[in-house]
Amino acid sequence: MQWEVVIGLEIHTQLATQSKIFSGSSTTFGSEPNTQASLVDLGMPGVLPVLNQEAVRMAVMFGLAIDAEIGQHNVFARKNYFYPDLPKGYQISQMELPIVGKGHLDITLEDGTVKRIGVTRAHLEEDAGKSLHEDFSGSTGIDLNRAGTPLLEIVSEPDMRSAKEAVAYVKAIHALVRYLGICDGNMAEGSLRCDCNVSIRPKGQVEFGTRCEIKNVNSFRFIERAINSEIARQIELIEDGGKVIQQTRLYDPNKDETRAMRSKEEANDYRYFPDPDLLPVVIEDSFLETTRATLPELPPAKRERFQSEFGLSAYDASVLASSREQADFFEQVVASCGDAKLAANWVMVELGSLLNKQGVEIEESPVSAAQLGGMLKRIKDNTISGKIAKMVFEAMANGEGDADQIIEARGLKQVTDSGAIEKVLDEVLAANAEQVEQYRAADEAKRGKMFGFFVGQAMKASKGKANPQQVNELLKSKLAG
Amino acid sequence: MHQLTLAEIARGLADKKFSAEELTRTLLARIAHLDPQLNSFITVTPEHAIAQAQAADARRANGESGALLGVPLAHKDLFCTQGIRTSCGSKMLDNFQAPYDATVVAKLNAAGAVTLGKLNMDEFAMGSANENSHYGAVKNPWNLAHVPGGSSGGSAAAVAARLLPVATGTDTGGSIRQPAAFTNLTGIKPTYGRVSRWGMIAYASSLDQAGVLARNAEDCALLLQGMAGFDPQDSTSIDEPVPDYSATLGDSLQGLRIGVPKEYFGAGLDPRIAERVQASIEALEKLGAVIKPISLPNMQQAIAAYYVIAPAEASSNLSRFDGVRFGYRCENPKDLTDLYKRSRAEGFGPEVQRRIMVGAYALSAGYYDAYYLQAQKIRRLIKNDFMAAFEDVDMILSPTTPNPAWKLGAKNADPVAAYLEDIYTITANLAGLPGLSMPAGFVDGLPVGVQLLAPYFQEGRLLNAAHQYQQVTDWHTRAPEGF
Amino acid sequence: MALERCDVEKIAHLARLGLNDADLPRTIEALNSILGLVDQMQAVDTRGIEPLAHPLEASQRLRADQVTERNQRDAYQAIAPAVENGLYLVPKVIE
Repeated sequence: MQWEVVIGLEIHTQLATQSKIFSGSSTTFGSEPNTQASLVDLGMPGVLPVLNQEAVRMAVMFGLAIDAEIGQHNVFARKNYFYPDLPKGYQISQMELPIVGKGHLDITLEDGTVKRIGVTRAHLEEDAGKSLHEDFSGSTGIDLNRAGTPLLEIVSEPDMRSAKEAVAYVKAIHALVRYLGICDGNMAEGSLRCDCNVSIRPKGQVEFGTRCEIKNVNSFRFIERAINSEIARQIELIEDGGKVIQQTRLYDPNKDETRAMRSKEEANDYRYFPDPDLLPVVIEDSFLETTRATLPELPPAKRERFQSEFGLSAYDASVLASSREQADFFEQVVASCGDAKLAANWVMVELGSLLNKQGVEIEESPVSAAQLGGMLKRIKDNTISGKIAKMVFEAMANGEGDADQIIEARGLKQVTDSGAIEKVLDEVLAANAEQVEQYRAADEAKRGKMFGFFVGQAMKASKGKANPQQVNELLKSKLAG
Repeated sequence: MHQLTLAEIARGLADKKFSAEELTRTLLARIAHLDPQLNSFITVTPEHAIAQAQAADARRANGESGALLGVPLAHKDLFCTQGIRTSCGSKMLDNFQAPYDATVVAKLNAAGAVTLGKLNMDEFAMGSANENSHYGAVKNPWNLAHVPGGSSGGSAAAVAARLLPVATGTDTGGSIRQPAAFTNLTGIKPTYGRVSRWGMIAYASSLDQAGVLARNAEDCALLLQGMAGFDPQDSTSIDEPVPDYSATLGDSLQGLRIGVPKEYFGAGLDPRIAERVQASIEALEKLGAVIKPISLPNMQQAIAAYYVIAPAEASSNLSRFDGVRFGYRCENPKDLTDLYKRSRAEGFGPEVQRRIMVGAYALSAGYYDAYYLQAQKIRRLIKNDFMAAFEDVDMILSPTTPNPAWKLGAKNADPVAAYLEDIYTITANLAGLPGLSMPAGFVDGLPVGVQLLAPYFQEGRLLNAAHQYQQVTDWHTRAPEGF
Repeated sequence: MALERCDVEKIAHLARLGLNDADLPRTIEALNSILGLVDQMQAVDTRGIEPLAHPLEASQRLRADQVTERNQRDAYQAIAPAVENGLYLVPKVIE
């Protein structure tokens, strides 16, 4: 039996506002429990919600970036259910009239092809608090700091057909919301959370199979594994003669399997109705236009431009445009040194490996774009060789200053004076007369390695500062002698 | 001193005839002496009141003036008063010391008013007789065997018995106007959004409005002035300037077009009340008003629509009462579900539980369209009826209630019996219109009221019409025997 | 639309109201009486009518994105039934 997999994702992104969606409490992560829970967040009797304008702007930005219809008359609705981290006994969300309607996002698959994933809608809602089960015997502790943080829930069409496509989509959303500056995308802190809806059907069948929802998967790696283990479970279940029951499941990374959630097994009747404490949100055309004008260049356009303007390969363009910070850094380096390919190479390889080693993001790079650009300029004007540059780079990373300062301090200037190089070469050849004879007597095939020996000696003698190109040329002519 | 109206008190304080402290002490003594007969107070706050009175006197000595500086009042017990029990008439909040002040409370405190305590009410504002209170029923000072009306029964009884000159109340389906009618008071429910709901513990969010119970229109105007105004903390608060309600009380009613809806005078209306209402129409005509018959055809559906919308919103608003962060918690809950179910079953009275269930049902899957959505559509029809009527008239007049105050216990067998008594008041809440009830005479020794409704934000006109009416009638000056 | 015992039990569970077996018949009767009143609405033809959610039909005002609240945990938790280390306690929940 050939199976087709159908995947839809619901991604919850915490919007990067200063204050909560309906109250003036701070949204800072990691504070002492319940120190950022105001009367409104606690659901005290008599309190009322007032909508944060920045949450609206950020939602509209997202909608415009995915080419979506914007709900210019959108309504908040109450989703009613009882849970201790939900203080009012209802969550303020959006149901029939969300702020963002149908849109789409293109993803690039491993083979380079582009697939368009539909977005059904995106809506604003408030986050719930946190339950801590471990610390108290027989009790659960509730922290409502997170309650009221603005969320934008992004619902995809069931357009994905493999775990890899799903991961590509999540990564694209992740990059986009960071590009737009509306979410920091920190999955470890819960800024971006993913619920995966997975079902299977015989290839060719039009109707969808019964789906299961895997809740709260919080890393790209786990998303891929969770979906794959769920697909395997469903296939095995059906091939054994069973039926998939619609249920909510959790992914257990230790066992690499999904299991049904206890508390969600009963179907919930959320009794949605428009929240009478809030009025319909009206978004004027003028607001749409001013917001549209503030949209940054988005990843697809940037990748295109990096290829056309800088002549980069599709792959390189994609890596450098993968985050706004990285793209901006790269462009600053190019502006500084004028050589896009050189800049691309250094940013991706040397800088990339440095950041990896130090475990920091490009925003915390110990070498600034200006510094790197400055150094690359010195390669281009032959002040230093590529090899020496690596030393300079390391020194900059250690805080020894800018390229020029380091080159000066350590006397790393490349020697380009042919006279000086010739002198060194003459000394080297004189000191190694036997090898010179052997070289002249040897045939083409063996000469390569021997040539390298002389180059090595020359570099040693010049402390690496001799311009390698000139060394090569002059050495060749001298050995031809 | 207890005979003085609010306006007379304001003048007396300004003229230094007495101090706020003296007045407060007098009323506190009166409350202690007489309230056991009425049960209108849930919490009396003597120390707090005296401290506020002394502060007001000090402010006045400093040269400050203001109509509300030093005037005594009390709040219906669903307005949050910081550090003071705010019970909503419920066991669920018997131990709830509010951590903040409602905007209405804060405004009146800032104006120098003196809070004598918190007034009894039907639990969570659900009731029309103040028999649904955890703290016991309130008695009508006009006849202690009868109900004072509800849900602002405590506010009405206290003011009618001259324990206070004025009190705040709330009106969701008639809970200010009906008790005002039952106790010979003037009560006003402003336009929806006129007064802030911040700190006013919610029953039905799209219907609730804070207002005033007082002895006459002039007093209502004074207190409403101190309560009305835009509040950024309330998204449903409307940013409309507040006119000077007192300034226009004396305007002539010449040419005022008053519509009388025929649907309000059908079967079910006690003919003696119809008679009293007819007399008030004649009085208004003498003042220059022009009476026109009008029709509000969809009013028959109002009760049904209300008893879906209000319980639906309430069922959601009351979900926060779960024993976790404040309020009543059952003993030794064995698990989370037990905590919720027992805290709520033990904390809420039977009428509240009934309405929560009706509301949950009306919103539940499969019933939402037939109940909640249908009710909101009928609501629009009712509003449309009013908008059409107000093309031809400036004000609408009707009886406030179909019957006078009933005997305690008379309507306990079937909850619907009490619901049907709300027929004349409920439409104003559904449409959000301002409404006022004023005394129009007596039936069987019990007061009856006549109701006036006006277009949005025309509270000043309502108060003006009532004030002029009260210049040519004296029903509103009568006091119950023994008080 | 008459409610039966199982309907009432379902609704009570949705609303987390513990039901008392002794009171159940009266509760069912009262609820059915109320629903009887409410069912009168069905007679009205509301096709083409827009529901009215807010009487005055205004639109939502927006608030500036500023932190205006400070930590008042002690004051707010003073009235809580069960608190430990700044957390609200409930009977243990198993996911």
